[in-house]
Amino acid sequence: MPTKPLKALGFNLAALLLSVVAFIPVYIVIVNSLKTKAEASVMGIGLPTTLHFENFATVIEKGKLGQSFFNSMLYSVGSTAIGTILAAMAAFVLSRNRTRLNRFLYFFIIMGIALPTNYVTLTQVMQITQLINTQLGIIILHASGQIPFGIFLIYGFVQTVPRELDEAAIVDGCGPWRLFFVVIMPLLMPVMITLSVLSFLGAWSDFIAPLYFLNNSDYWPMTLAVYNFFGQFQSDWSLVSADILLTILPVLIVYLLAQRFILSGLTSGAVKG
Amino acid sequence: MQRSSALGETKTDTQIKNKVKRQGSVYPFYFLLGALILYLVFSVIPGFIGLFYSFTDWNSFSTDINFVGFDNFGLIFSSEENYLSFIKNTLIFTVATIILKTALGLLFALLLTEGVKKLTNLHRVIIYLPAVLPMLVVGLVFKSILNPQTGLLNEFLRSVGLGAFAQKWLVDANIALFSIIGVDTWKGVGYIMVILLAGIQAIPKDYYEAAAIDGASPLQRLWSITLPLLMPVITVTTVLNLLYGLKVFDIVYALTNGGPGYATDVVFTSVFKEFGQGRYGVASALSTVLFVIMIVFGYFVIRLMTRKDQAE
Repeated sequence: MPTKPLKALGFNLAALLLSVVAFIPVYIVIVNSLKTKAEASVMGIGLPTTLHFENFATVIEKGKLGQSFFNSMLYSVGSTAIGTILAAMAAFVLSRNRTRLNRFLYFFIIMGIALPTNYVTLTQVMQITQLINTQLGIIILHASGQIPFGIFLIYGFVQTVPRELDEAAIVDGCGPWRLFFVVIMPLLMPVMITLSVLSFLGAWSDFIAPLYFLNNSDYWPMTLAVYNFFGQFQSDWSLVSADILLTILPVLIVYLLAQRFILSGLTSGAVKG
Repeated sequence: MQRSSALGETKTDTQIKNKVKRQGSVYPFYFLLGALILYLVFSVIPGFIGLFYSFTDWNSFSTDINFVGFDNFGLIFSSEENYLSFIKNTLIFTVATIILKTALGLLFALLLTEGVKKLTNLHRVIIYLPAVLPMLVVGLVFKSILNPQTGLLNEFLRSVGLGAFAQKWLVDANIALFSIIGVDTWKGVGYIMVILLAGIQAIPKDYYEAAAIDGASPLQRLWSITLPLLMPVITVTTVLNLLYGLKVFDIVYALTNGGPGYATDVVFTSVFKEFGQGRYGVASALSTVLFVIMIVFGYFVIRLMTRKDQAE
C-alpha cells in the first residue's frame, strides 16, 4: 500500500520522539556523571566540557560500592540460580505427571503471580527461620519470589520437549536426576535463560526486601546504597549520577545482550501461540 | 508441530500407558518440594498469618496479642483516620495507570507496526528500557527532572514558551499524585506496548488482505479487525496493570514517600509506615484488604493465562 512520504516521515519522527523520551533519563545520568559538581548542579542535558572519570573512583571509595556491588551480585546470581533450577524441576514434574494433585498444585503455585507479599508477617517468618539480617535470607526470599512465574513459564515449554526422550533415557537406565539434569535441562535452556535474565534484573533492582529485612549496611545491595549515598551527597549530582550509572550499568548490559530473551518471556501467557 | 505430536501419540499410546503406572518414579514428587516449600513458607503462610493478625491488636509495645474482632477494619474504614484517602489514592493510581498505559501502549504498538517500517526493533528495545531500570534510581532521577526551580521539565517548558504549565510537580499536594502516575506510565508503558505488539503481530495477515480487497479504510480495519482480535490480550494487560497498581509501593516511596503530608500515600506505603510504628495489627489488616481483593482478581487472570494449557 502506498503511504505518502510525508506521513511516513511523521510516523518515524513520532517513534524517534518516543525513543528519545524513553532514553533521556539514562542519558542525563551518563552526561552528568562525567561533569564537575558545579556543572552538574542542575542535571542538564548539555555535554560535559571536560570528562571527569575520577568521579567514579570517588564514589566507589566514598560510597563503599565495592561491598555493595558484591552484595548485589551475590543476591542476584544466587537467587536466580536457586529459583530457576527449583522452578524447572517442579515445572518438569508438574507438566509431565498430570495427576489431580499436580494439576491443583500447579494452579495453586502460579496463583502466587498475583498475590501481594505481606511484609509484616513475612518478617515473623524471617525471624523464626533465622533468616532476618542475613544474606542467605535475601537470596532465599528472591528465589522464592520467582517461583510462581518461573513454573508458569517453564511449564508451557516442557510440553515442547518430546516425551519419547524421557522414555529413551529411562530405557537406557537413567534415574530421575540424570534424566532431568543431563537430558531435559539442556533442552529447557532457552526458557531457563529467559527466566534467569528476568530474575536477575528483578533481584538487582529490588530494594524492598533489603529495606525490610537488612539493617546492617554492610549487607546492602547497590540500590539501597545509592539511595543512602543520595542522602549524604544530594548537593553533588555529579557524584550521585556516577553512583547511579554504576548501579544501572549491569542492568543495561544484561538487558541489551539478552533483550531477545526478555521480550519473549514477557509475551508468553498474554499472547496465544 | 502440535498436530504431528498428537498423531505420534496414538502410536506410542500403549507404551505411555504402561509408563503411567510407575510415573511416580520417573517424575518424582520430591522434585516439587524445593519450589513448593519456598512458596508455602515465604508467600502463602505470611498471607494467612496476616489474615489472623488483622483481627488482633498485635503491636510492638506489648507482648500480649488480643483478639479484637473487626476493630482494625473499622479503623481503616472510619472517616476519622486517613486510611480511606490511602485507599482512594491507590484506586486513582490504579485506574489512571490502566487507562494511560493501555491507551498509549496500544498507540505506540500501532505506530511501530503500521507507521514505522525501519528500526522497529530498535524503537521497541529503547521504549521498553525504562521498565528494567531500578525503581529507586528512576525515583532519584525524576526527583531532579521534576524539581520546580532547576528541573529539566520546567526548564524545557519555559524555554519553549510554555512556562505557564511549569508546576511544582512533586511538591504541590494537588498534583503530586498525578506526577507519580506520569512517571509510572513512562516506566511501564513499554511493557504493555511489547505485549500488545506481539498480540498485533499474531493476528493473521489474511484478515487484513481480505479487508483491503473489500476496500476497508485503515480506521475500519483497526475497529473491525485489530481491536476485537486483540481484546483477549488487552484483558490480560489490564489485569496485570490492575494487580500492579493495587500493590504499588516502590515508585511512591522513591518519589515522595507519601508526601507532601499524606497526599500521595497509598495502601502499601501506609502499611510500611504502620509497620515502622509497630502497629502490626493495623498494618496486617490493611494488607489483608488487598490480599483478599487480589486473590479474586488473581484467580481471574491466572485462569486467562492458563487457558491454553487447560484446553489441551
